[in-house]
Amino acid sequence: MNGLKNDHLSEIIDGKRVIVKKPELLAPAGTLEKLKIAIRYGADAVYIGGQEYGLRSNAGNFTFDEMKEGVAFAKSFGAKVYVTTNIFAHNENIEGLEDYLRGVGEAGVTGIIVADPLIIETCRRVAPNVEVHLSTQQSLSNWRAVKYWKDEGLDRVVLARETTGEEMRMMKEKVDIEIETFIHGAMCIAYSGRCVLSNHMTARDSNRGGCCQSCRWDYNLVEMEDGQETAITQEGDSPFAMSPKDLRLLQSIPGLIELGIDSLKIEGRMKSIHYVATVVGVYRKVIDAYCADPENFSIKDEWLEELEKCANRPAAPAFFAGTPGADEQLFGVHGKKASHDFTGLVVDYNETTQMVTLQQRNFFRPGDTVEFFGPNMSTFTQTVGAIQDEDGNELDAARHPLQIVQFRVEHPVSKDDMMRKGL
Amino acid sequence: MKKPELLVTPGSVAEIRKQIEAGADAFLIGEQRYGLRLAGEFSREDIKEAITIAHEQGKKVYVAVNAIFHNDIANELDDYVAFVKEANADAIVFGDPAVIMAVREAAPGFPLHWSPETIATNYYTANYWGKRGAVRAVLARELSMDAVIETKEQADIQIEVQVHGMTCMFQSKRPLLGHYFEYMGKNLEIEKRHGAQNMLLHDEERSNKYPIYEDANGTHIMSPNDMCIIDELQEMVEAGIDSFKIDGVLQTEEYRIATTTLYRKAIDLCVENPDQYEEEKEDMLQAAEALQQEHRPLDSGFFFKETVY
Repeated sequence: MNGLKNDHLSEIIDGKRVIVKKPELLAPAGTLEKLKIAIRYGADAVYIGGQEYGLRSNAGNFTFDEMKEGVAFAKSFGAKVYVTTNIFAHNENIEGLEDYLRGVGEAGVTGIIVADPLIIETCRRVAPNVEVHLSTQQSLSNWRAVKYWKDEGLDRVVLARETTGEEMRMMKEKVDIEIETFIHGAMCIAYSGRCVLSNHMTARDSNRGGCCQSCRWDYNLVEMEDGQETAITQEGDSPFAMSPKDLRLLQSIPGLIELGIDSLKIEGRMKSIHYVATVVGVYRKVIDAYCADPENFSIKDEWLEELEKCANRPAAPAFFAGTPGADEQLFGVHGKKASHDFTGLVVDYNETTQMVTLQQRNFFRPGDTVEFFGPNMSTFTQTVGAIQDEDGNELDAARHPLQIVQFRVEHPVSKDDMMRKGL
Repeated sequence: MKKPELLVTPGSVAEIRKQIEAGADAFLIGEQRYGLRLAGEFSREDIKEAITIAHEQGKKVYVAVNAIFHNDIANELDDYVAFVKEANADAIVFGDPAVIMAVREAAPGFPLHWSPETIATNYYTANYWGKRGAVRAVLARELSMDAVIETKEQADIQIEVQVHGMTCMFQSKRPLLGHYFEYMGKNLEIEKRHGAQNMLLHDEERSNKYPIYEDANGTHIMSPNDMCIIDELQEMVEAGIDSFKIDGVLQTEEYRIATTTLYRKAIDLCVENPDQYEEEKEDMLQAAEALQQEHRPLDSGFFFKETVY
């Protein structure tokens, strides 16, 4: 950094401008399997949850042994692992924190993502080699607060979802610190950390991982005048809703790269391997294409179509260009079905017989049109022919989850490629 | 036994004298541009006048600068905190660390109260902000009585606890009421209801009605019940809690004055005559209940409620 305010972003190579400061693509990894998939499909870093102190008490959180395995796997790809440790702790959570953070440090992770100064300070003391990144739970939305955390010695800050691109520009200009921002996935409609609907409605603490997503429920709006209630939501009206569309900043990736944002983050530790593979795969392509040749870059329809294959809500750019309008919320609907079903994970491929060995993830049968995709291949579609089980018995369909089946594929595939089926 | 401060949120300068008469010791005021969910809008002139009135009677005034700031207003903070200092207020109430940066620049050493609402949840972090200029921590309302007492025991700075009124459950930057009307094709309603404070979200499953309103800081959703622990003050008084707050946002002046009167009596009895407090506390709770609107029952907030995660 050498104290430069603006990082050196691009160079002219052979008469062509090339981005040399490529942002990190940061993916969610709810389990070890998802971690491996995210990295194979192109993530530069992943964030995972440990057994405690994270905000997804329902996610398949990592033991220290799994963390170590994840770190070793990531290292073999030159990727990093961060651990979300972003609860707002209560007094009762203080005991055990030191041991936990020592364990995280010993697992070899690069950094932790933290909201509570208790955890920041404790980490410094007991695991000083672990980077400290400020979580989006701190609702960081102005440059002076960014400066505060810089002065406190933090390595990186994750911005509030409410921050616009122009606001990010000022932060980058005024403060020399790594900035991470969300580019894709579900998000809170409240300022993160400033919502306790769950606490009130279900006695579950949202800021310690118990959020029950009450903001996605339906309500009726009423007006109170002199003790008299009048319904504003009438019979037959769509209920009052405050469910945001999911974030999708695919079209703004060039802008984010030019702003010098250091890490582009995908939400979704609870999402499937199919979701992680699809979203990471698309953003990997976008970032690489833009950085290689920014002047001739354009957004390809196929990238947007690809994201639709796993999207279970309509998407919008949220705050990147300013406060989102009514059209960026969901009224009367609670999401949508993705355009494709994840039907199988490639376990093996036999070049001689051209047979794929596949772990079934959703029903499919001979005659179905399916699509294969993966990190190191060109996507292709084909019709499924005869299917057989592990012992060579012919099957009328692949009916059972995780069942191992085989059939002939038209192009070579490799382990961890995926198969999906249009709906 | 030390007598805790009784802190209230007046709706206007004129209300301050009445509140002093009713027994208030301190006032939280400010303007929407810098402060969150205030009972009244106080311009700079109003703030100066409020401070003059309060100080004449030996009372204190804290100015709310506790919004979640974006760059535009973050750039104005030096000017505002310099004004607050110049006006001779007793403290600045903040949540966003941008305020610490502004105070270091424009009002070095000026006392701060750390009040980020939902995220003030443990004593270690209260002490952390204490080392950075906070003389008081205003605790999250989602804590149990035991957690509050333990925090007081372990804290190096003053502890303020809300004892009465509604609490904020949710703040969004998006104008959610306006968006709903827009979606419904009722654009005229947006203008008509600008600043409306009489809207409720009805949660049929829980039979709850949550006040919802919009202002410059976004959309706010408030608790369906008013918290009231007028009958449970003794333990906190004995633990030395420094300040009891009555939040009077979205209430009438009449309601605010009446609750101040009740709590003045309760606090005085707790300190001066605990036996008498014990005898009268049920009656005081009933008197508080009598002030409530039908759709807003009293409850004891999270003081005696178990939360899981």
